[in-house]
Amino acid sequence: MSNAMTDRRDREVLTPSLREIAADWSADQEVFRHTHWGKAMMWIFLLSDTFIFSCFLTGYMTMRASAVLPWPNTAEVFALTIGGQDIPLVLIAIMTFALISSSGTMAMAVNFGYRRDRRKTAALMLLTALFGLTFLSMQAFEWTKLIHEGVRPWSNPMGAPQFGASFFMITGFHGLHVTCGVILLLIIASKVARGHYDRTGDYSSVEIAGLYWHFVDLVWVFIFAFFYLW
Amino acid sequence: MQHEIPSTDTSVVHEAQHHPISLYLKVWGYLFLLSTLSYLVDYMHVQGIVRWTLIILFMLLKAGLILSIFMHLAWERLSLIYAILVPPLVLLVLVRIMTIEADYAYWTRAIFMGGGG
Repeated sequence: MSNAMTDRRDREVLTPSLREIAADWSADQEVFRHTHWGKAMMWIFLLSDTFIFSCFLTGYMTMRASAVLPWPNTAEVFALTIGGQDIPLVLIAIMTFALISSSGTMAMAVNFGYRRDRRKTAALMLLTALFGLTFLSMQAFEWTKLIHEGVRPWSNPMGAPQFGASFFMITGFHGLHVTCGVILLLIIASKVARGHYDRTGDYSSVEIAGLYWHFVDLVWVFIFAFFYLW
Repeated sequence: MQHEIPSTDTSVVHEAQHHPISLYLKVWGYLFLLSTLSYLVDYMHVQGIVRWTLIILFMLLKAGLILSIFMHLAWERLSLIYAILVPPLVLLVLVRIMTIEADYAYWTRAIFMGGGG
């Protein structure tokens, strides 16, 4: 760090945050030295994952915009009959609430992790995993229902054949992420419960697992908007 | 977005973050509200440009809340924030290219393939 080299003019022109960026990126290979290495790596992984999901969603956009047959009405396709009434998209709405709730409990788990509250952290992480499993079982139900109705990756009785390909690819890949997330949460939660992080004195793993989990929720926000509601 | 003015001592590591639990509950509530609103957009059969605007608006608000509060991005260093948020912007170029491509494919199918294909 060469604070002496920044003259007064720079100090007046640049805001403290911008000066911080300049200092970070000019310090050779250690831009993220203020961040826990695991956290920085997780963020970089999530960035690459963002590109993967964006490619899926862009592919979906391309297929839907170039389809000559009408796109199936998602409100009807994902409707459930409850009490003799067709309620549009209701299962997807419940799945959304389950995933948001899991994000809420995860955020609190991270918070209690920083307070070194072993029991509450582990319990909240288990609750998060449980919400994740709820989401997954509803997704399994949804897939089963659609497959029974004749939806295939190459065709479906409702309209544009591209619908099935986008649906199975996008929700399947997201479901895979949720599954991995649940496994990761269970592993970290059991380590928390056994006091592993109390011994090492570093609860960062909880926050890193949390980042991954929130990302899964974040992706769902985009899938919900573009695939189900559009 | 509140941003702490970083201390001049760059060796300080921001680590332990003690935000009140009520903050997370509040964000949780907002996310529920926004999800309900975007569900209502579909339920009320809002169509056309209003529908797309509302969907995108609620989506971006939810994404912003998750990123800034739940993922603690609001309290990270600006270098990390920019490293995460700027690269995805190039995806807009991909989206633009693929819109042109999809338009071309659509009209090719409609005109030369008898609406099939």
